[in-house]
Amino acid sequence: MQTSDRVRTDTGQAKIDAEPAGSPPAGLFAGLRRAATGLFAYPVTGPLVALILILIVFSVTTSTFLNAGNLSLIFQQSVVVGTLALGQTLIILVSGIDLANGAIMVLGMVVAGSIAANGDPMLGMLVGLAVCIVAASINGLIITRFRLPPFIATLGLFTILTAAARLYTQSRSYPINSDFMTILGEGPSFGLVTITYGSMLWIALTLVLAYALNQTAWGVRVYAIGNSPAAARLNGVNVNGVIFSVYALAGVFYAFAGWQALGRTPIADPSGYQIANLDSITAVVIGGTSLFGGRGGVAGTFIGALIVVVLKNGLTQAGIDSLYQQIATGFLVILAVGADQYLGRGQRA
Amino acid sequence: MNTQPTTPLAMQATGLTKRYGHVVALDGADFELAKGEILAVVGDNGAGKSSLIKVLTGATIPDSGTVFVDGAEVHFKNPLSARLAGIETVYQELAVATQLNIAQNLFLGRELRKPGLRGQIFRQLDKSRMRQQAADHMKNLGIRIQSINQKVETLSGGQRQAVAVARAAAWGKRVVILDEPTAALGVRETNQVLNLITRVRDQGLSVVLISHSMPDVFQIADRIHIHRLGRRAVVVSPKTTSMSDVVAVMTGALPADAVQSSLIATQPPLPSASH
Repeated sequence: MQTSDRVRTDTGQAKIDAEPAGSPPAGLFAGLRRAATGLFAYPVTGPLVALILILIVFSVTTSTFLNAGNLSLIFQQSVVVGTLALGQTLIILVSGIDLANGAIMVLGMVVAGSIAANGDPMLGMLVGLAVCIVAASINGLIITRFRLPPFIATLGLFTILTAAARLYTQSRSYPINSDFMTILGEGPSFGLVTITYGSMLWIALTLVLAYALNQTAWGVRVYAIGNSPAAARLNGVNVNGVIFSVYALAGVFYAFAGWQALGRTPIADPSGYQIANLDSITAVVIGGTSLFGGRGGVAGTFIGALIVVVLKNGLTQAGIDSLYQQIATGFLVILAVGADQYLGRGQRA
Repeated sequence: MNTQPTTPLAMQATGLTKRYGHVVALDGADFELAKGEILAVVGDNGAGKSSLIKVLTGATIPDSGTVFVDGAEVHFKNPLSARLAGIETVYQELAVATQLNIAQNLFLGRELRKPGLRGQIFRQLDKSRMRQQAADHMKNLGIRIQSINQKVETLSGGQRQAVAVARAAAWGKRVVILDEPTAALGVRETNQVLNLITRVRDQGLSVVLISHSMPDVFQIADRIHIHRLGRRAVVVSPKTTSMSDVVAVMTGALPADAVQSSLIATQPPLPSASH
């Protein structure tokens, strides 16, 4: 985890040699801004505070929100977008974006579903995984090899794969009968509370990715590339190699998200999860990861996905129209990106 | 077997040429760098300084000519091969990742992993060892910072450049090449970086300093390589040649043989089969 921007003075170390860059101007406003920068420099603080505030508001304003059953339901509702958002976080950390992740997941699901319908669910799962990795790698290839902007490359793939999934299935859905393929919707129950294997998997995947980002050289390089590709290259980092690995690895998370989705609803539907791409970006951005790359992480994304779902869940409990839920989510996105712009301005070199 | 006598030169190049279409960037350029010296490379814009440096750092492959490192002929295919030969470069644009801390920047691309299974199987970084080594290194170079865990974005321009120089000094086994390291800095910060460069030399490394600033050059350089029209005009000592004469040779107002040469090598080393 990163340390605070304002530095500790280690005893025994000599005093600072020169003024820190861009000493902030005097005044109350600057003081507030510095305080906010210090607080939000720890990447998870902002999203966590937001989540707690929203939880408190819904607990006070509705009678049905705060109970163990509903909270476990919120987790179950978060897993698909939350798992997609893990892959999306990686990509946004290297200053990319993936508009195709929902379409990749759906293609993997329908291919797996069609093979399972012919009697071999295990094979279906493996082929579905392969489809997700290959499709995500195509993104990585187009972006690193042909230098297309990630927005355009993934927008193109989104359109192509959405149509491909319908052509492949002739617009039919495949009901899933295999227990193995839907197991992530199951889990031990304690009264009204069900802790699904999908929720556990989501937490486990988040921890594994957090480890990879914070404890391995690959993770340091991911942040370095998002921060400054030129500096990373000059320091001998294989920038294209790392970016490609990020897209390919994101495909693995999309495959897991597809498995989660079958646990939620046991149907492989080629027209499902149309806006899962936008939801995953929303979760990442609300979670405090910078769209400019190089700042943020999966802990924030985990919280960000929960915030998105808690908003929907809580506003539903409060009896508010789902269109207002969308408006609320939109405001949050703008707020999160605005805060990043504002707080990040003085710091970027 | 390499039977030639050991040379005091850390690096040498002879007859380098490089053409881009009709443009001749290097026109039979020679170069020599003694062990443990600061060699300034000066020249007017378009004289071919950058092309020379690109060849020495492996960024460009010359059309002809030979490069020697420690007396042995080398053929750099890319910047990595120059780096593996012990030549590190600090480029003009600040080559630091501002969101990473000082220790992460020093070890970027060469991270240390924990010993045993945690390093080999789980690829876990040895953060404490990297912090310790980074702190020791910064201390040895006399770079004063508050904490090695400080993000580079919290540092001043001079301190950031110091981190970049320290990084090159840490990994360069033979030669550190600095491309306009003080171009973006104020007077006080310039002096700090110049002092740092002399300390890098005093640790036994050879330093190539590309600079437009004559006061900087005369403050710290042991010798001055004057580049003109795609080749080396002359190498002079700042002790025997005045600043105005250096500028005059640079611009062609004074012929190169009008100043006292400080060349060391009279001949290139014999070609040898290595690298």
